[in-house]
Amino acid sequence: MESLLQSLFGDNYLTLIIYCALPLLFLLGYALLAILGEVKISAWMQDRLGPMRTGPWGIIQPIADVLKLLQKEDITPAKSDKILFNLAPFLSFMAAYAAFAVIPFSSQYIGADLNLGLFYLLAIGSINVVAIMMAGWASHNKYSLLGAMRSVAQIVSYEVPAAMAFVIVVMFIGSLSMQDIVTAQAGPIWNWMVFGGPKGEVELASGTVLSASWANLVFLPLFLATFVIYYLSALAESNRTPFDIPEAESELVSGYHTEYSGMKFAMFFMSEYANMFLLSAVAAVLFFGGWQSPFGVYAGDFLNISWLVPLEQFGWLAFKGLFFVFVMIWLRWTLPRLRVDQLMYMCWKVLIPFSFGIALIVGFLVIVLK
Amino acid sequence: MNETLESLRAGIESGRLRTDEIVLNMGPQHPATHGVLRLELVLDGEIILKVIPHMGYLHRCFEKHAEAMTYPQVIPYTDRMDYLASMNNNHGFVLAIETLMGIQVPERVEYIRVIMAELQRIASHLVAVGTFGMDIGAFTPFLYCFRDREYILDIFERTCGARLLYNYFWVGGLSHDVHDGFERETAAFIKHFRPTLTELDNLLNYNKIFIERTVNVGVLPADVAINYGCSGPMLRGSGVDFDLRRDDAYSIYDRFDWEVVVGTNEVGTLGDSWNRHMVRMWEMEQSCRIIEQALESFPQGDISEAIPKKIRPPKGEIYTRVENPRGELGYYVISDGTVNPFRVKARGPCFVNLSVIDEISRGHLIADMTAILGSIDIVLGEVDR
Repeated sequence: MESLLQSLFGDNYLTLIIYCALPLLFLLGYALLAILGEVKISAWMQDRLGPMRTGPWGIIQPIADVLKLLQKEDITPAKSDKILFNLAPFLSFMAAYAAFAVIPFSSQYIGADLNLGLFYLLAIGSINVVAIMMAGWASHNKYSLLGAMRSVAQIVSYEVPAAMAFVIVVMFIGSLSMQDIVTAQAGPIWNWMVFGGPKGEVELASGTVLSASWANLVFLPLFLATFVIYYLSALAESNRTPFDIPEAESELVSGYHTEYSGMKFAMFFMSEYANMFLLSAVAAVLFFGGWQSPFGVYAGDFLNISWLVPLEQFGWLAFKGLFFVFVMIWLRWTLPRLRVDQLMYMCWKVLIPFSFGIALIVGFLVIVLK
Repeated sequence: MNETLESLRAGIESGRLRTDEIVLNMGPQHPATHGVLRLELVLDGEIILKVIPHMGYLHRCFEKHAEAMTYPQVIPYTDRMDYLASMNNNHGFVLAIETLMGIQVPERVEYIRVIMAELQRIASHLVAVGTFGMDIGAFTPFLYCFRDREYILDIFERTCGARLLYNYFWVGGLSHDVHDGFERETAAFIKHFRPTLTELDNLLNYNKIFIERTVNVGVLPADVAINYGCSGPMLRGSGVDFDLRRDDAYSIYDRFDWEVVVGTNEVGTLGDSWNRHMVRMWEMEQSCRIIEQALESFPQGDISEAIPKKIRPPKGEIYTRVENPRGELGYYVISDGTVNPFRVKARGPCFVNLSVIDEISRGHLIADMTAILGSIDIVLGEVDR
């Protein structure tokens, strides 16, 4: 991908900027789709039609929504801390977008294939907490402050089980690089981590060879549980139902972004949706083979069209990511919301002990099977 | 770091370092207060120390206004008190005047009144149940409830032309007879509605998260409920077996076979938010039973008793009470023998039920506040009147 861009635009900054902006293009398209998905899926679940007036079946409703937000007055409350207040939404989106640097969209495109990819993901994810705290504090509103405090407590807590889920996968594969993790799951569907990982020897993207056999089936229940732990933590980190306590509408109006309007609100909104896809894509990469096709083969290989393969790979990752986004939307319109203390209970007394237990067993099995 | 924490803790404990309480105004513009109620919460972190309800944002001088009106003119005003249960509000007021004047309404009128009151009870409980779910964070059951409420409103609309404020029960009878096909439509509604109750059970009432959020929250012991004068699902949720339809039988409720449902400690503590919610759920089933039986023996006949053109109750005073969906709705009417009432006093169940909120929400979290308020099920139109 990089070489393709270089051949088109030459080896200069333009190439670099285009290379960096590709996920943004995808995100903008995805956000419109996700907004439409959210309103339409919720409508169908609730025996309604949803928006029907803007375009056929209301499909251009998200564009109308964005236009509306653009026209809104941009309010900065009189008593707010102006600098922090205006900075927070951009910081929040920046944190969400920066994390996309290590998402492998296909074998040919990854922003930066860091050998510390997963670690970077954890680190950059925490910046969102700072943005939320800034927004809550700078708004000079008690609801915002309460929402921000809850949010910080929640995200910081849920990073622990999420990190443990990462550790479990990393222990098995032996690399923190995202491309390594995806290439380890090459081949048909049963080589995916959620089904126990590779069943034969594979060569990772970094060149090391991971020895594996059908004995890896013993990992199936362990990795399945790890996936559930990770997905629950992801829900909590992206503030989605049943963990949408920081923005609990019925209690805190809308938590830390109560005072935001217009495009600054839209930035928070975008960062929430970007986060949803990010966490879903990470779930896909870690447990569902990332950009690997579930059949182990690509149509491009059969037809001898080499440029089709990366597109297909991107399609698979987008499909898997969007599926988990759909599950998030599905859960949102089905489940009630937990309470702060129940949320903390679930994190510290259920997810963390379980994840530590699984980590112990996986670590033991990895040594035994090698 | 540890030393800093230690010294902070020591400072707080010795009182040298003061931690402050937050005063948080919940409302009058807040999604969880179901109208224009303002709750002044005194918080220690997220824990509620005190709740002071401030009301009156919707005060419309119902009682004073009634003194300037003739008796039939008061009825539309009763509609506007508890606007989710207008039929029941009408019922109480017309009963008061009819008792004062010694009018016995025809059989058919009694039947229609009971069916309408019970349909209204279902509609009102659907709103209560749905919005309670929404307070907990479940949005979907709310729309299922409102979908079914539409069927009831459609029936009302076909009968009396209005969907919310009916002015349907008149002194000595009704404004109109029911429309053609009323019995068929009502029976069809009951048939359609029963599965919804099961659906709500599966979707909401026995959901693990919902139970976690509502069980043992805002426990109202029976003696406290009685001391505060709570009534309706609030009182029955605490296990007190009291329902005016049975215990101070008015109209023709004594002819039907139905049960008064009370809370249980099957899931949590007796008198918690879950119980108050479930009493409403179970009452809807009982209302269906009453409607079915009433439809079976639905008589033909006149829909209004011969009454004087000008309604002038004899000098005297009366207190009648009916079981509103939210509890005991009483009207105290003093007549001085003229066409205008000398004094009308309404005893609203929401107002009385709301007064207990401080007692049952102390020590809970803010999130529980919405659950408690939702389970009390107030309608501000009637709290403020």
